[in-house]
Amino acid sequence: MYRYDSYDQRLVDERVAQFRDQTQRYLAGELSEDEFRPLRLQNGLYIQRHAPMLRVAIPYGHLSAPQMRMLAHVARKYDRGYGHFSTRQNIQYNWPTLESIPDILADLATVEMHAIQTSGNCIRNITTDQFAGVAPDEVIDPRPLAEIIRQWSTFHPEFALLPRKFKIAVSGSLQDRAVVQMHDIGLEFFRDDAGRIAARVWAGGGLGRTPILGTMIREHLEWQHLLTYCEAILRVYNRHGRRDNAYKARIKILLKALGAEEFSRQVEAEWVHLKDNPNTITQAEFDRVAAFFEPPAYRTLPAHDAGFDTALASDPGFAAWVRRCVHGHRQPGYRAVTLSLKSNDIAPGDATDAQMDAVAELSERYSFGEIRVSHEQNLILADVELGQLHALWQAAREHGLATPNIGLLTDIICCPGGDFCSLANAKSIPIAQAIQQTFDDLDYLHDIGELELNISGCMNACGHHHVGHIGILGVDKDGSEWYQITIGGKQGSDASLGTVIGPSFAADEVPGVITRLIEVYVRDRHADERFIDTVRRLGVAPFKEHVYGKRADKEAAGV
Amino acid sequence: MSEASTHRIIADGAIVADGWTLMALPQVEEAVRKQAGKVVLFRLTGEQTHTPEQLAALQVPAGRVLVPLAVWRLQKDALAARVAAGEIGICVDTHEMVEDLVESCADINAFPVIAVRFERFADGRGYSIATLLRTRYGFRGQLRAVGDVLRDQLFLMKRCGFNAFDVRADRDIEVALAGLRDFTEPYQGAVDEPQPVWRRHARG
Repeated sequence: MYRYDSYDQRLVDERVAQFRDQTQRYLAGELSEDEFRPLRLQNGLYIQRHAPMLRVAIPYGHLSAPQMRMLAHVARKYDRGYGHFSTRQNIQYNWPTLESIPDILADLATVEMHAIQTSGNCIRNITTDQFAGVAPDEVIDPRPLAEIIRQWSTFHPEFALLPRKFKIAVSGSLQDRAVVQMHDIGLEFFRDDAGRIAARVWAGGGLGRTPILGTMIREHLEWQHLLTYCEAILRVYNRHGRRDNAYKARIKILLKALGAEEFSRQVEAEWVHLKDNPNTITQAEFDRVAAFFEPPAYRTLPAHDAGFDTALASDPGFAAWVRRCVHGHRQPGYRAVTLSLKSNDIAPGDATDAQMDAVAELSERYSFGEIRVSHEQNLILADVELGQLHALWQAAREHGLATPNIGLLTDIICCPGGDFCSLANAKSIPIAQAIQQTFDDLDYLHDIGELELNISGCMNACGHHHVGHIGILGVDKDGSEWYQITIGGKQGSDASLGTVIGPSFAADEVPGVITRLIEVYVRDRHADERFIDTVRRLGVAPFKEHVYGKRADKEAAGV
Repeated sequence: MSEASTHRIIADGAIVADGWTLMALPQVEEAVRKQAGKVVLFRLTGEQTHTPEQLAALQVPAGRVLVPLAVWRLQKDALAARVAAGEIGICVDTHEMVEDLVESCADINAFPVIAVRFERFADGRGYSIATLLRTRYGFRGQLRAVGDVLRDQLFLMKRCGFNAFDVRADRDIEVALAGLRDFTEPYQGAVDEPQPVWRRHARG
């Protein structure tokens, strides 16, 4: 993974000093709330319901073991012993004090970490595929270019105060796992006819209040021009995006107002002036950064391992875990492993300090000391030998990290919701936990099969509810919490936005509604058909009928 | 404005006395909002509008004056001699189009000063205006940030090509000066240093 040189380290150290000074001036009354707000947000610091929330950047979701130990240390020393891994592959702490933030940032800087631009109206953390570099279907490893974009976007002066937040995702595989169409800019790398690295450029995607999938504004952009082309997009947005209404300020609204064709024309017209400027990436810089992402020192292994085969045949618990949590790898004899943060006794995406320390330890023992965070809010060990999987499973189980539910209904994507977030209309974690408890029968869960259930506590959509096969959105009706259900959303190359099935539900009705949706699926599915496929084939109607039919009967009966 | 002689700004990294008067437009209370993409002429909270007749009738004060772009465009013929004498600068609001300024004059470098007025510091449009003036339109004179200009944005502004800062009156200009030195070696190329760090130094 990328390691800092003196230039990277100095910038981060100077940021710590800058923010310490800003915090002191704020506490001394020399900076007003309004003046401090964008400064603290660009350091990931929110003022929340109970305490400040600090969001720490994990660039494209990559962590080393020492960094993970530092995250555990921060949880222990400054928080209440846990952290929340977010859908942007970052980590959030919900209980630090404002006064302690500069010290946290100083601690993080010792392991090449920071909270720069994890919030605010600026370019946010770059995200990518959690299996980058190891996925069998990968064409281009997106990480070197993600790191180059990260550096370019860090403190970019012209784009430090945009109309609204700006998210960039990169992907280089056949199957998109970085949801590039859901981002302000999505870059989909491929190898062109001449064998060069190029990108398809998507723009104007995003969830939130107005969910829109991105538009492809350029089909072929050579890698050298990534930064200057992004500059052109961002300049058009910075100049012309709305600033009078925060709900209409994302680039997607501008793109829609102008029309994709006119928007692209303006970007291209701007790019004529920027193309080939000094931010054009050189081969030397690409090579320097790419060297950090060379494959680790893999052993030469056979494609099969007898011990693994035996364990698989004799241990059904292990086999269930392998089926859900172990993923293919481009290197023979290796696998990628997802450590589930979705057991039903912890909020989705949460990890305790002890778990974080344990993951660091496991990564050193089994996976070259590196860890990734997925946007589905799980942790990944990307390079595990086949023959070590059983031992890893046993160790992970001891720490509650081996729930065999990845990709299943209880692998819920969930924002912190009304328990913590001051933006939320409704709680989301208790809903997730109620669903997880309703579906705690693992055999049934496996029978239901692949199903993505996403929960957001408000229309800002941090829980990506629009692209859940089942999406749950917390809404406020006359001061009480209600939940709107969508079905048919999907992330990936064939992404779609979910359809609302009807009027919303009270919190205690939600698990029952999910049960009824599943009943329709189990009743009407074809063999080997996933929930999403059944929804796509049948449409919303039969689901709606089953859910509301029962509800209407109940109401008619006066129950 | 008698304060002009004692008014201090930051210019080229030092605190200096300023000899320019910023001509203010009279206040008009009328909010007009426009849609995204239709050439953005709204401010953060709706724009103040003046009729062309009002703008044409405004008296540009004597001495060295920063004239609002909208006034300049209507009175440029009458101000030609003063431009030649080097006593007219232009003040652009962040919601105005820099292209309108460029099209309104034969030579943008006839103005010793161009000011960009930030109604609110969080309005980053002024950063693109400055960048365009320096990189695309070749402005070499003093590029000055005026309005809600605060210490914590000075470094960013400097990188976008501003070399003068009229720090908000209620803030200590000496303290603000330190803001220009927040970072030593930025990553990306921008106006003040077009070369990204990996072209400036051998890394790794």
